[in-house]
Amino acid sequence: MEGTQEIIKVIPINYYLIFCTILFCIGVLGVLVKRNALVIFMSIEMMLNSVNLLLVAFSVYRGDPSGQIFVFFVMVVAAAEVAVGLAILVMTYRTTHSIDVNLLTRLKG
Amino acid sequence: MNTIITLSVLGMITMIIGVSNKKDILLPVVFMGLLVALVFSSLEWGHSNHYFNNMLVVDNFSTVFSTLMIFGTFLIFLIARHYFRSFEKPMEDVYSVLLFSLVGAITITMMGNLTMFFVGLEIMSVSLYILAGSKKTSPSSNEAAMKYFLMGAFSTGILLFGITLIYGTTGTFDLFEIGKWTIENKDSVPLVFKAGIILILVAMAFKVGAVPFHFWVPDVYHGSPTLVTAYMATVAKIAGLAAFYRLFSMCFSNLQDFWGPIVWVLSFGSILLGNLAALHQSHVKRMLAYSSIAHTGYILMGFINFNNFTTGALFYYSAAYLLSTIGAFVVLMLVREDIKTGTVDAFNGLMKKNKFLSIAMIIFLLSLTGIPPLAGFMAKFNIFTTALENRFIWLTITAILGSAISVAYYFKIIIAMLLKVGSETKVILSARTKVLLVILVLMIIAIGVFPDLFLQLI
Repeated sequence: MEGTQEIIKVIPINYYLIFCTILFCIGVLGVLVKRNALVIFMSIEMMLNSVNLLLVAFSVYRGDPSGQIFVFFVMVVAAAEVAVGLAILVMTYRTTHSIDVNLLTRLKG
Repeated sequence: MNTIITLSVLGMITMIIGVSNKKDILLPVVFMGLLVALVFSSLEWGHSNHYFNNMLVVDNFSTVFSTLMIFGTFLIFLIARHYFRSFEKPMEDVYSVLLFSLVGAITITMMGNLTMFFVGLEIMSVSLYILAGSKKTSPSSNEAAMKYFLMGAFSTGILLFGITLIYGTTGTFDLFEIGKWTIENKDSVPLVFKAGIILILVAMAFKVGAVPFHFWVPDVYHGSPTLVTAYMATVAKIAGLAAFYRLFSMCFSNLQDFWGPIVWVLSFGSILLGNLAALHQSHVKRMLAYSSIAHTGYILMGFINFNNFTTGALFYYSAAYLLSTIGAFVVLMLVREDIKTGTVDAFNGLMKKNKFLSIAMIIFLLSLTGIPPLAGFMAKFNIFTTALENRFIWLTITAILGSAISVAYYFKIIIAMLLKVGSETKVILSARTKVLLVILVLMIIAIGVFPDLFLQLI
């Protein structure tokens, strides 16, 4: 365990921060640009996982385990969210026969 | 704490009763459980307790808000049997998910740690995604669920990134510790911390539906089943705003110069756009959705200055808004039964069909507009006073203008009820709905006449 922390600390914290921000931005772009609901789910997962990576990096650099505990919470909630999201996707597919979010235009004012 | 346990157990019991198919005792059990939770919650008033290393902090703020939310849920359950009466199955799934969502809502008002904030917010939101799509065969309900899920999950990601950045700079998730950190480092706050505040602010604006992150609100409120919309527009929204307020008053109140202007813009935009967009709506649910955006703007005005009076004013506004909005949605549910459209025409000639119902609706709408002596007037008066005391003159002028605009669309419904000619079908009320409407009307008048009782609760 000690060795792992040393390996993580070989890379400076700023690099982790920049890398995770880039990953996060790719996720945000995916949500905004893509039309396929499944790809949007994947982009959201990418946002959450970039957060997890950053949390672990911060946690190691601070020598404080609570950041790593938080990662477990994030994982659990992400799993629950995806379960609900896929159920909603299947339900939508049954009525519209498509998973293209741009076709969801029934509700308009 | 007992409140959370009671409600979680109640949600599970509801599921078990549903599985064993005892339809008759389902709602009575839910009412009993909610009353027990209400008692537990109000007993905690005046005591301050910390649980699990400050994970949950019960104080007067959390107590009054959770009591209000349990009461609101209770009122929504009173109409549930009427709303679901055409269904053969006991609807235990909807009821239990609604209760779990309430657990999340209470958790975030009690939070003392960012972990609990995140978990509570997600318990509330994930339950709401399910509830929004609970009318499985209706395409508009499916669409509402899909949109709500995508927007909700997206804002969760943004919120998490904000929390991570704040953890990275302060090294803790504890709200008190973060608050202390901001005092110690007031002059040298790193950019990363500020970015974290902005991300959390954006995510919370998404969750409560403040302009410019409001675009999902009308669609989701329109497409969801009306019972769920009533819950989303009142309990869930108030929980989000309470958590927003608690987080910013506990952690970031020293950095108000930095994020104050952003909240100012959110509030300004919500009041203006919410009221103007509501003018053009013919569909009542969409109109109420835009009006809820405007009310979010009014409540956000209270974020300008943190003191006991602002907290009281915020709670007062939430209570007035909750009662009036639930009332408006209940009347909409009752009226829509016979006419099957959601437009303002559904209210045509209601005065001739059912005097009691239309007078109740007029009281709810007048309270939402803010006409004395009803609750809505004092609520707006308090919030505007605090804003004026802090020299936010333009914001107050906008808010008053917004209230003036709101008269136009609320009175559209009143005019339809009083002057237009509708169909001949009678609207018949059950005893339970009558009790519900009487409670709501009496409370709105009582709160409006004796405001001090509520303002001093916190």
